[in-house]
Amino acid sequence: MPDATGLELLAADLRGAHGDDTVLGTEHFRGKAAFAIAPARVREVLAFLRDRGFSFLASVHGLDYYPEEPRLGVQYEMLDMREVDRLTVRLRVPIDEPTVPSVTEDWPTADHQEREIWDMFGVVFEGHHDLRRILMPEDYEGHPQRRDFPIGGEPVFFTHNESRFPRYTGQ
Amino acid sequence: MSDVEARPSAPSIPYREMEDSHELSHISHGAEQELLTLNIGPHHPATHGVLRLLTTLEGEVVRDIKPIIGYVHTGIEKTAEDKAYWKVIPVVERMDYLAYYFNAMAFCGAVETLLELEVPRRAQYLRVLHLELNRIMSHLVWLGTSALDLGAISMFWYCFRDRETILDLFEMSSGQRMHTRYIQVGGVIEDIPTGFDAKVREFIADMPDRVDQFLDLLAKNEIVLHRLRGVAAVDEETLLALGVTGPLLRAAGNPWDLRKAAPYSSYDEFDFGIPVGTVGDNWDRFAVRAQEMKESVKIIEQALDGMPEGEYVSPNRKYALPPRHELATSMEALIHHFKLVTEGFRVPPGEVYYPIEGPRGELGCFVRADGSSKPARVHMRDPSFVNLQATKPMVQDLYIADLIATLAMLDPVLGGIDR
Repeated sequence: MPDATGLELLAADLRGAHGDDTVLGTEHFRGKAAFAIAPARVREVLAFLRDRGFSFLASVHGLDYYPEEPRLGVQYEMLDMREVDRLTVRLRVPIDEPTVPSVTEDWPTADHQEREIWDMFGVVFEGHHDLRRILMPEDYEGHPQRRDFPIGGEPVFFTHNESRFPRYTGQ
Repeated sequence: MSDVEARPSAPSIPYREMEDSHELSHISHGAEQELLTLNIGPHHPATHGVLRLLTTLEGEVVRDIKPIIGYVHTGIEKTAEDKAYWKVIPVVERMDYLAYYFNAMAFCGAVETLLELEVPRRAQYLRVLHLELNRIMSHLVWLGTSALDLGAISMFWYCFRDRETILDLFEMSSGQRMHTRYIQVGGVIEDIPTGFDAKVREFIADMPDRVDQFLDLLAKNEIVLHRLRGVAAVDEETLLALGVTGPLLRAAGNPWDLRKAAPYSSYDEFDFGIPVGTVGDNWDRFAVRAQEMKESVKIIEQALDGMPEGEYVSPNRKYALPPRHELATSMEALIHHFKLVTEGFRVPPGEVYYPIEGPRGELGCFVRADGSSKPARVHMRDPSFVNLQATKPMVQDLYIADLIATLAMLDPVLGGIDR
């Protein structure tokens, strides 16, 4: 893991290469380094980190910080297999304009995971070649992993109650 | 077939050469080949779960494939947000239903990192012991069902017979055969019972021979060799770009294994090898997993031999349940028990990603805590979900029969993919 100093040095390099507004903050928590970055710069930042050895995108997570603003978050877990080093890149977008540039062109592994985050949180990945729902049915409305989406908010369909739910009346 | 170009990945394989010798050029067809779209699944015995494959075929050759998933999505990550931390363990265990110890380990590891809770060494060894038994169990299911896909039904019975022994061991130590809820935040739920050690030793004395028997049956079987060798080879760079980890990546020659690279739960104290392949074809995938079972046996033996004395769960009563017998005599134990069972424990705010080496690759658990007794986000980076993206580069321009064999060697578990 880059230590706190290494993280600051990396952040300074990143600011030097892509402008002061690229890195919004750094955090070193439980031995793990993380950047907060401007959402629009994600592709440049990940490309920069790839040159620094973080050449494996281990995972992409979606989050909802409800009730904090900006609400939606996307995190990229970068891995350097040679140095066995991990780094998190975090970004947050407001719920009324949840757009993030897609990184699938540079990192094909993000394909399924960006689709999952679109499906669950409604983050729009611009430039994704096939941004469709992946886990929920295609005709599903809403993004169920958002914190204000009620758990158990949907009826469970059985044969004895199918007439009560319009979707199953056959119209 | 004259109208299909020979594949560079599968040279000199007799049955394909025989196929090629069938001269079909006399069959007239249009200037462009007609493509057939064929749907396989979601309910199909060869998809190893509820997986749907939309294939575009040119004759018998797969030109395009699109995996479609979500049929067994159960919203486990959503459910987890509504439960106290210790109650999340049983639900995350049900994600990848062949790797329940791993799911629990990833989640508990993440929570322990947030709490900065130290796990006693005996608990770490007990975890390793069960994780490796689980790895063998998972690989046995893979081997049995994969061999079944290739037409070797007896392998299925042999593998499930040995898997049964492991499930009996799980039942002995935890009371459950599957979804054991054995790994807890801070350690494990119970120490291993008397006689468990002897039973495990009995099993690991047998297991390497059993693997050899399986290999005798399969590795010298001409049909298996023809079906696996030189088929669906994908190079390391493609796999890394697609985020593939685990046996699939190791089969392509990259010895990346988190147990060695970034040891957790005292894996650094064990002496074991990492089997790697050379070209990353189906044969390498098969061989790597078969050898991994033997390596797991070594780890289990060392865990039994070196099992440290001491606590099996953290003595910090704020996070771990007090032993049952204390409840009758200690007022404090009763209070802690009541607090833990009703409200659960609170976790300081923070975000943690905890990766471990699952049977299928990097199994990472991301937990965001907001300071309450329920997690604000639990996300599993399930290896099957990511590895599934490698289906297309693997099977493109192969025969559809090889698609089935390749899918078996990919070893996806749909419970983990859909969560």
